[in-house]
Amino acid sequence: MIKRNTILKNIKKVSLIAFSSIALISCSDDDDAPEEQNEEEVITTVIVKLTPEAGGTAVTLMSKDDDGADGPNAPVITVENLAANTIYNGTITLLNETESPAEDITLEVAEEDDDHQFFYAVSGAISNTEYTDMDEDGNPVGITFTLSTTDAGAATLGVTLRHEPKKPNDGTLTDAGGATDVEQTFSVTVE
Amino acid sequence: MRHTLTILCILVCQSFVFAQDCNNILLGEIIDFHDKTPLADAIIQVKGNKEQVYSDEFGKFTIKNLCNGSIELEISHPECSTRFIMVEINGNTHKKITLEHHLEELNEVKVIGSTINKTNSAQEKTLKTEQLERFGSSNLGDALKQINGVSSLNTGSNIVKPVIQGLSGSRVLILNNGTRMQDMEWGAEHAPNIDINAANKVTIVKGSAALQYGGDAIGGIILLDQNRIPKKDTIYGKTLVNGVSNGQGGNISTELTKAYENGFYVKGQASYKKLGDVEAPDYVLSNTGVSQFGASINFGKLGFESGWSAYYSYFDTNIGILSASHIGNVDDLITAINSDEPSKISDFTYDIKEPRQNVKHHLGKLKYYKRFEGLGKLNIQYDIQQNHRFEYDIRVGDDKGKASLDLKLTTQTLAADINIDAFEKQKFSFGILGRYQENFPNPETGVRRLIPDYEKVDFGVFATTEYKFSDATTLDAGIRYDYSKIDAQKFYITSRWEERGYDEDYSDIVVSDRSTQLLTNPKFSYHNFSASAGLKHRFSNENQFRFNYSLAQRAPNPSELFSDGLHHSAARIELGDLRIKSETSHRLSLSLGKDTYTWGYEVSPYYNLISDFILLEPTGVEFSLRGAFPVWEYRQTDARLLGVDASIYNNWTNNWRTDHKFSIVKGKDRTKNEALINIPSARLQNQITFAKQEWNNFNISLQSEYVFKQNEYIDNIMVYSPQQDQEVELDINTPPSAYHLLKLDSEMKFDLKNTKALTVGLGINNLLNTEYRDYLNRQRYFTDDLGRSFTLRLKLNY
Repeated sequence: MIKRNTILKNIKKVSLIAFSSIALISCSDDDDAPEEQNEEEVITTVIVKLTPEAGGTAVTLMSKDDDGADGPNAPVITVENLAANTIYNGTITLLNETESPAEDITLEVAEEDDDHQFFYAVSGAISNTEYTDMDEDGNPVGITFTLSTTDAGAATLGVTLRHEPKKPNDGTLTDAGGATDVEQTFSVTVE
Repeated sequence: MRHTLTILCILVCQSFVFAQDCNNILLGEIIDFHDKTPLADAIIQVKGNKEQVYSDEFGKFTIKNLCNGSIELEISHPECSTRFIMVEINGNTHKKITLEHHLEELNEVKVIGSTINKTNSAQEKTLKTEQLERFGSSNLGDALKQINGVSSLNTGSNIVKPVIQGLSGSRVLILNNGTRMQDMEWGAEHAPNIDINAANKVTIVKGSAALQYGGDAIGGIILLDQNRIPKKDTIYGKTLVNGVSNGQGGNISTELTKAYENGFYVKGQASYKKLGDVEAPDYVLSNTGVSQFGASINFGKLGFESGWSAYYSYFDTNIGILSASHIGNVDDLITAINSDEPSKISDFTYDIKEPRQNVKHHLGKLKYYKRFEGLGKLNIQYDIQQNHRFEYDIRVGDDKGKASLDLKLTTQTLAADINIDAFEKQKFSFGILGRYQENFPNPETGVRRLIPDYEKVDFGVFATTEYKFSDATTLDAGIRYDYSKIDAQKFYITSRWEERGYDEDYSDIVVSDRSTQLLTNPKFSYHNFSASAGLKHRFSNENQFRFNYSLAQRAPNPSELFSDGLHHSAARIELGDLRIKSETSHRLSLSLGKDTYTWGYEVSPYYNLISDFILLEPTGVEFSLRGAFPVWEYRQTDARLLGVDASIYNNWTNNWRTDHKFSIVKGKDRTKNEALINIPSARLQNQITFAKQEWNNFNISLQSEYVFKQNEYIDNIMVYSPQQDQEVELDINTPPSAYHLLKLDSEMKFDLKNTKALTVGLGINNLLNTEYRDYLNRQRYFTDDLGRSFTLRLKLNY
C-alpha cells in the first residue's frame, strides 16, 4: 500500500512536471533568427566565348539566373550572331555572381576535371563541336573546344555540365550519368 | 499397398462417421446483462478444447462440429468477468448468453474509447491480430487496404500512405496506442512511422465523427491498439518470422507479456525487417530496399479504482528510393514517362544508396486514470514524440553522403478527459488538450529549408454524448473546438516573395532584408469547429442502420503554407501559399448492413462536401541554369467527394465462403468543374475461402482484385522542353490502365505441448506475375509495380 501511494505520488509529480514544462516551453520566446542559408556553389552565369580561329571579334553567348533553381525567374539569355562556314575556338566560363567579386566556378571545374565534363549538343547551322582539352587520364573535359558552322541559318548549341559522370563515356548524357550542374540551350543565328 | 489402402479407408471412413455424428453448429449470441447491447470480441472456448472463437460486432459467434450432448463453455470478455455455462447441444443449437459488462472501467487497460465500437454512428472497421500478422513483413498501408474503401498513395512499395475514401495525409489521423502521431504526415513521400508488428488491432473510423481524437480528421482516423492484458499471474508471448521472395528478405518480430494478479504488467516487443531490391515482372527495381527496426515497452498497474501506464516506442526506418525516379529536370521526366522501362536497372542488391530516406521516431507516454463512484472515469495523459527525418539525395564532392533534408519535429501533448457513465441511458464525455510542437530544420544540409523553423501551439476542447433512445436506437452528438497557432521564421528568395505577391499582402512580416533573401516571421492562428451527430438503429430482422453527419475543419499544415523551392528528392518545385486558410468538410454517411451466420452485407454511401479544399497539382515549369523543373502548387477550391463502399459475403457450406467488395469514389473540383487529382480508382475484390477446422485449422483463400482505370482526371500540362526546343505535353496526369491481380493465401495451425501453438502460412502475391502500374503510385512514371512474391510465415505462440 505504501508502495502504491508512492507510485501515485510520483505520477502526480510527473504530471505536474509535464504541465509546468509545457507552460514553460510555451512561454519561452526563443525568437533567435535562424541562420541564413544560400545554396552552396551556386552558378548564376554561364558564358560561352567563341573566337574565330582565323582571328576577328569574339562572339559571346550568355545565360544569367540571379535567383537560382529555387527562384521563379527564368535565366536571361543573350546571344550574338555567328558567321557562316567558320571554325571558332570556344571557352566556357561559370560564375557565381551572388558573391562580390564574382567567384569563377570554372576554376573549380578545372581543378577537379576528372570529376566533370561538359557536353555540347548542336543542331541546325552548327555542324559539330570538338573537345580541345583533357584531364590527367586523357578524357575530355570541355572547358575549351572548337565549334564549326555551316551555311547561314538557325542553330542551337546545348551546354550540359555533369558532375561525377562516368569517365570515359560514349559522349552521350545517358551513358555519362552523374548530376546535372548546368543545362542550357542557346538559339543562335548563323549569317 | 493393399494394407495402406485399407488403413486409409478405415481412417477416412472413421472420420466420416465421426463427422456425421458431430456436425452440429452452436450459434451463440453474447449480450450485456444490463442494457442488452451485443458484446463483440468475447472469447468463447469449449472446455477441454484449445480452439477459441470470438464474438463479432453483433455479439454473435459460431462453433462448428459439435456432437450432441452437453458442453461447457468458458466465456471471457476483456470488459467482463469470465463466465462458465453448460449448453445442451441437440442438433444445430442457438443460445443467448448474458455477461456482466460493468467491469470495463474497473479493469481498464485500454487508453481511450471502447473495444466494442469507437463510435456509435460512423462507418468503421477493425482488423484483428490474425489479419495484421499476415502483413508483418509489409506495412500498415498495405494491411489497411483489406478494409473496403481504403486505398493507398505510394512512392514505391515501401512508402505507403493510407487513403480513406479518397483522402490522405493530414486528413487522416493516426493514433498509436492513444497518442496522435506527429510524424510529418504532410508529405506525399512520408509514410506513417508505425511498426505494424507493434499493434494488436487496428480500427479505421471513416470520416471525422470520432471527435474525442481530433476535429480535423476529414478523411478518417486510424487507431492502433494493444490487446487487453489479463489481471492474473501469467506470462505469454509470440514470435513471428516472415520470408519474402520478392526482395529476398523478411522480418522477425517477437512479443512477450508478463502480468500479475495485482494488476501490474509489463509487455515488450521488437521487430526487424530487411528487404533488398524488389522486382517487377521483367526487371529489378534498383535501390528499393528497406531496413527497419521497431521496439516498444509498455508497463503499468491497473487497479480497481485507479491505475497508470507508461509506454515507449522507437521506430527507425531506412528506405531506398528507386534510382530511376531520380531525375534531373523536365526533359528527364519526359524521357522517363515515354519509355517503357526504368532508365537505370542494376543487379539485385541489399545495399541502400542515395536517394534514400531515414526516419527515427521516439514516442513516450504516461497515463493515469481514476474512477469516481457515481460519476465516471478521469483520464490524464502526457506524451512526447520526436520525429527526425533525413532525406539523402545524390550529391557529389564535399556534400556526398550529406542529407539534403534534416528535419526534427518535437511534440508534447497533455490531455485530460472524463467519461461520465453513471446514468442508465446517457453517457457523456468531456476532454481538453494542450499541445506544443517545434520544428527544427538543420541548416547544415547546405540546401535551403523546404519547411521552416516553427513553433506551434494547439488547444482543443470537446464534449460528446450518447443517448439510448430505445433498445434498438442510440443517438449520439458531439462538438469540438480547436485553436492552433503557428509562429514560423522563414527565408524567402526576394524574387519568389514578389512573384507570390507577398510583398503586397505580407510586407509587415518581413524581419530583415538580406539583399537576395528576406527573413520573415509568419504568425497565423486558426479557430476550428467540428461537430458530429448520428444515430444507430437495429431492425428486428437483424439489419443495422447507421446515419451520421459530421462537420470538420482542418488548419493548413506547414507544407501547405510554407513549401517553397526545389524538392530535391522529387525533382519538382513545390509552392505553398501563406494565404491558405482552414478547409471545412460537411460529411453525410449512411450504412446499412446485416451480419448473420450464413450471410451478411454492408452498403455505405457517403457524401463529403469540402469547401476551401487544399490540393497540390502540377501547374507548369520553371527554368533555371540546371534546366526546367515541373512546378506543383497548392491551391484551395470547393470540392465534393461522393462514393460508396459495398460488401457482401456468404457461407455456402461449413467450409466454403465467398467475399465480395466494391468501392468507388468520385471527386470533383466544384469551382473549376473538373475532376480532382489523385482520387483512387474503383476497385472490385472477390475472394473464395475454403476452411476446415479438423485439418489443423486449415484455410486457403484465393483473392481477385480488379482495379479499374481512373477515367476522371485533370488535364496534362504543356511545358517547354529545352531539349526538343518546343512546347510539349507533359503526360503527368494520365492514369495507367486497369489491372487485375490474384493473391493466394493459406494457413495451418498446429497445437504443441503446454498451450503452445505453431502457425504456418504460405502466401503468393501477384500470382500471375502481372505487369501493372497504379494511378496512386508516384513511381508509375518510371516503372511497373511489383511482380510475383512468395511469402512464408511461421508464428509460434507460447
